[in-house]
Amino acid sequence: MGITGVSLIAFLCVHCYVNSLVFINVESFNDAAHFLGTNLLMHIAEVGLFAGIILHIVQGLMLTFQNQKMRPVGYEINPGNKSSKWYSRSMGLLGTLILLFLVLHLWHFWGPNRYNQITTGEEISLYDKMQATFSELWVVIVYILGCIALAYHLLHGFWSAFQTLGLSTSKYRPIIRGIGYAFSIIVPFIFIMMPIAFYMHWV
Amino acid sequence: MEHYNMNLTLKVWRQKNAQDKGGFETYQVKDISSEMSFLEMFDVLNEQLINEGKEPITFDHDCREGICGACSMHINGQAHGPWAQTTTCQLHMRAYKDGDTIVVEPWRAKAFPVIKDLMVDRRAFDRIIQAGGYISVDTGNAQDANNLPINKDKADESFAAAACIGCGACVASCKNSSAMLFLSAKVAHLALLPQGEPERMSRVTNMVDQMDKEGFGSCTNTEACEAECPKGISVQNIRRLNSEYIRSVFSGDDK
Ligand code: HEM
Ligand code: SF4
Ligand code: FES
Repeated sequence: MGITGVSLIAFLCVHCYVNSLVFINVESFNDAAHFLGTNLLMHIAEVGLFAGIILHIVQGLMLTFQNQKMRPVGYEINPGNKSSKWYSRSMGLLGTLILLFLVLHLWHFWGPNRYNQITTGEEISLYDKMQATFSELWVVIVYILGCIALAYHLLHGFWSAFQTLGLSTSKYRPIIRGIGYAFSIIVPFIFIMMPIAFYMHWV
Repeated sequence: MEHYNMNLTLKVWRQKNAQDKGGFETYQVKDISSEMSFLEMFDVLNEQLINEGKEPITFDHDCREGICGACSMHINGQAHGPWAQTTTCQLHMRAYKDGDTIVVEPWRAKAFPVIKDLMVDRRAFDRIIQAGGYISVDTGNAQDANNLPINKDKADESFAAAACIGCGACVASCKNSSAMLFLSAKVAHLALLPQGEPERMSRVTNMVDQMDKEGFGSCTNTEACEAECPKGISVQNIRRLNSEYIRSVFSGDDK
């Protein structure tokens, strides 16, 4: 979980960087998207990414269900938020929400683009595609909710991954926590701004 | 602190034996002194039940001074009740006020089956210790003090981990019923000392294997264990356990 989690965090950095180019310069966004969409190395990395996502999901769901079985008789009164954060106890649920969002998200952009590449050899204009997709209010709302789920998943997951890998020593723990909180708020925030910006015609 | 008396409603889990389905019973206790411990309040209730010709409530207790870890009670949704770093025997009735309702349940975990009422079988912990939580040396005569130089900070960290009393509150409070905080304390206090060094790699693999066999869940770092541990065992020990485990996997040592 830790290793795949960190890989997904690395992917998010690239993804967030490329997408935020939209705000700065549409040209450079298209260039970067073209590079990621056509370069052979990137296709190889993409296979790795999908393997990582699937592994993470399968392990995550197995972990969640196995752990649930370890308390066959539950408590009448549960500790609730007295001893732990709600999102740290809801990683399976938050992950599943992200998965649902991910399916919609791939169906919007990745799917049509690859389909076009295979059938016509041409890429589609992802900028135009974003504009069309984010003209519908319900899509914008689903993207916002998806990114909020991602933010909470990372709020626990970022630190948790380093703890699982045994790296959050007393010295580094506060730093890892700090970077984790910043990352979990900033990255989903940038993602959320995209559908909003397109919907509001800011870009 | 001002002394006062209180009347309370208690909802207590009653279960005849491991096979029985069990259920809650409601009891009233009167004139409970704020200076009693929680277990003394249970003694009063049991006295009352005996006088009424009823079966008293079975609960685990031994030292009644916060060092043995026997007094496992889940009180109003928290292991050992509302006070931080406190066992049930050290919880005092001044935590409550007149008219309160208190719900008392046994630890809930697959690996800790109920024996009777509030008493659970915690021998899974003993078996984890037996799998490697010791050092194999011929003791011989007592050595000179300071024969083995040990860093002060290492010694302190080891001592803090060794404070674990094996009470099981970490398992009871964890949403996954994971025993990682307990195991990490047992691994860390030996891994930090030269005496623990020779068996360091085999100890961690053997103890982790035993933990998995006993039916405890896997740690997802919610940190509920640390919040509920009566001895303040830190999750930094889990960090150490994880790195010990990863190291042992790559060390290629035989068990
Ligand atoms: C798509 C469906 C997903 C599911 C079902 C899922 C589920 C889970 C579960 C159950 C955990 C374990 C909880 C824990 O160890 O604390 C977890 C941890 C984690 N997840 Fe996800 N997740 C998903 C997507 C993602 C995505 C897209 C990212 C990318 C940023 C991500 C990043 C992490 C990280 C960093 C951890 C911490 C790893 C660790 O504690 O060892 N997850 N996930
Ligand atoms: S780690 Fe703390 S809560 Fe767990 S058994 Fe030891 S003393 Fe009890
Ligand atoms: S009875 Fe020994 S710790 Fe409570």
